[in-house]
Amino acid sequence: MDLSFTPSELAFRDEVRGFLAGALPPTLAEKVRNGAALDKADFDQWHAILNAKGWLANTWPKPFGGTGWGPVERHIFEEECCLGYAPRIVPFGLNMLGPVLIQFGTPQQQAEILPRILDGRDWWCQGYSEPNAGSDLASLRTSALREGDHYVINGQKTWTSYGQFANKIFCLVRTATTGKPQAGISFILVDLDTPGIEMRPIRLIEGGHEVNEVFFTDVRVPVANLVGAENQGWTIAKFLLGHERTNIAGVGYSVQAFKQLRALACQPQTDGTRLIDDPLFAARLATIEIDIEAMKITNLRMLDNARKNGAPGPEASMLKIKGTVIRQSINDLARRALGPAAAPFPPDQLDGNAALVPPDHARNAMRYFNNRKLSIFGGSNEIQRNILSKMMLGL
Amino acid sequence: MDFQQTDDRRLLRDTLTRYLAEQYPFEHRTQVAYAAPFHDPVKWAEMAELGVLHALVPEAQGGLGGTGFDITTVFEALGSALCPEPFLPAVMAVQLLGSGDLDPLLAGHRYGVGLSKVSVQDNKLSGRLSVVYGGGAAQTLLVVANGALFQVAAADAKITAYGMIDGGGAAEVFLENTPAKRIADHANLAQAMDAGTLALCAEAIGAIDASFAMLTDYLKTRKQFGQTIGSFQAIQHRVVDLMTEIEQARSITILAASRFGTDGQSRAISMAKSLVGRVAQQVSEELIQLHGGIAMTWEHPASHYAKRLVMVDHQLGNSDAHLTRVAAQYFKV
Repeated sequence: MDLSFTPSELAFRDEVRGFLAGALPPTLAEKVRNGAALDKADFDQWHAILNAKGWLANTWPKPFGGTGWGPVERHIFEEECCLGYAPRIVPFGLNMLGPVLIQFGTPQQQAEILPRILDGRDWWCQGYSEPNAGSDLASLRTSALREGDHYVINGQKTWTSYGQFANKIFCLVRTATTGKPQAGISFILVDLDTPGIEMRPIRLIEGGHEVNEVFFTDVRVPVANLVGAENQGWTIAKFLLGHERTNIAGVGYSVQAFKQLRALACQPQTDGTRLIDDPLFAARLATIEIDIEAMKITNLRMLDNARKNGAPGPEASMLKIKGTVIRQSINDLARRALGPAAAPFPPDQLDGNAALVPPDHARNAMRYFNNRKLSIFGGSNEIQRNILSKMMLGL
Repeated sequence: MDFQQTDDRRLLRDTLTRYLAEQYPFEHRTQVAYAAPFHDPVKWAEMAELGVLHALVPEAQGGLGGTGFDITTVFEALGSALCPEPFLPAVMAVQLLGSGDLDPLLAGHRYGVGLSKVSVQDNKLSGRLSVVYGGGAAQTLLVVANGALFQVAAADAKITAYGMIDGGGAAEVFLENTPAKRIADHANLAQAMDAGTLALCAEAIGAIDASFAMLTDYLKTRKQFGQTIGSFQAIQHRVVDLMTEIEQARSITILAASRFGTDGQSRAISMAKSLVGRVAQQVSEELIQLHGGIAMTWEHPASHYAKRLVMVDHQLGNSDAHLTRVAAQYFKV
């Protein structure tokens, strides 16, 4: 039983820390720390910095321009990025499509597309969910009908994250309506400039614009844009789900948010008292700290398991459930900690002397509402429970 | 990073688990756990012979273990079989006796540890020691008075032994100018409490694992409405939540064991006891609820596991008390 990293892993952690200290622009870190919305230029800037270092595609093998890291290095990198308030790597091209192409794509697709993901020429978004296909993804209805050398796509995708920044979308589409619903799905790449596509923003609960809906009307896509075989899409989607699960517990986010919350609680309030001296608040904080400390170990145990068995097993669903609930509980306490000062909306209207709270807490209420998404996306926590019940308990 | 136990500890775990399965079957356990002397002196001697006590004592003091993971390995196995033998006072006695003479303990001499306040005058103790675990079976009592450690022969004290609701024995010990031997000027009670608390966390994890296995088996066999009750989503989601909390409880206990003997020991062990206490009660209540009426019967093992899982939170500080200790660190900022 040994809970510590090896000397070479520790050296790697120090290398990542050193890199972040020198390469992460303070303006970006400040935005992340304050929970401000990042724009395309912010993400592009960070991606370019990582790409120059050779650390951008950390789920790809080396021959494709990736880092070739194992799960432990990836974990260390992600944790350090969280702790240093680096922007997250936008996963759609790098952590989702990239691994799919490496596994299922033709050499031509790999050669054309992967370099454009790395250097930021292409921004991919994900076309999976539909208004009537959420948790029941296999019931999706956006159709792709073969007409000569093209597929003609009709339908609607939704919850398309950062679609407003994207020029490409990878989609699950229906190419057969007979047999099981899963057996008639294909994975296809679409240029968002193709005639017949319309993207509309969805304004979210806290007022931000992260997701979109995408409408397809007689959109003609070359057959060569198919990834894998026709009707093999479900297999690809399931493969991709495995890659979506890196950093699924988000322990780094929790540690970082907890640190900010604890610092806030140590500040004098308007009446001169400190929240940290309120035994009820301190107990709530301690409850969360205990959950985080346990989660760190649970995460490492599963990482150790993944390293020994090659891939994360269904137990990753536990990390997803508990990790998201912990993050939400921190957001909840951070919002409550502000009392009436949590109310100003948008907080940016209170600049300088008018600000009620430190800048990294001005958006606590927004963060709380926005992060209710955590237990819904990436397979809702209820779907994760179904998976665990079946795969781990055999019920 | 490696979450596998060493070969030595796996051997210890397997040996003890096999012994308990063969020599301490559940019927026997239920028999001895609820009738005086609330343990089985023959089995106790056999387990001492087997080296269980040696595992709790560092090599420097003649043992073979004594680290946090040795303690958790032993107590997980004990908890899994709901073993009522008085190992908790033994692990605390090891810490209190420190570099003193541990030979009697290693040979199976039984200690009781008094945690109540008593007064001392001319090496004579007066006061009442309440809920002394294993107090009825103890041959020697270790008592802290005025910060010093005293040893009292059980025969010299007035002892009222009783069984506990979840099995095993405790006692009320009355001292009235009882002769005592001062064996250390400074009693390291905090260390003994930490070791005992860590042991209880591990014991709970063992009992939790056995309970959870029992529960999932039951869900796969019990049929209602023509199907196994484990096929109902309302039940599946509760059991998955339980499993998730159990893994968290296991993780924090691993963390606590790894910190045993370091500066961060007390805080990590309090974190563990707080979380484990909460999860153990959750497992207990779900074990009863999802088994239905059968878990309410004395005859079914689930009822005995359920009791132990709740009552472990009554020993050496409950969930809230340890949470308060964790939170107390914040005030020092």
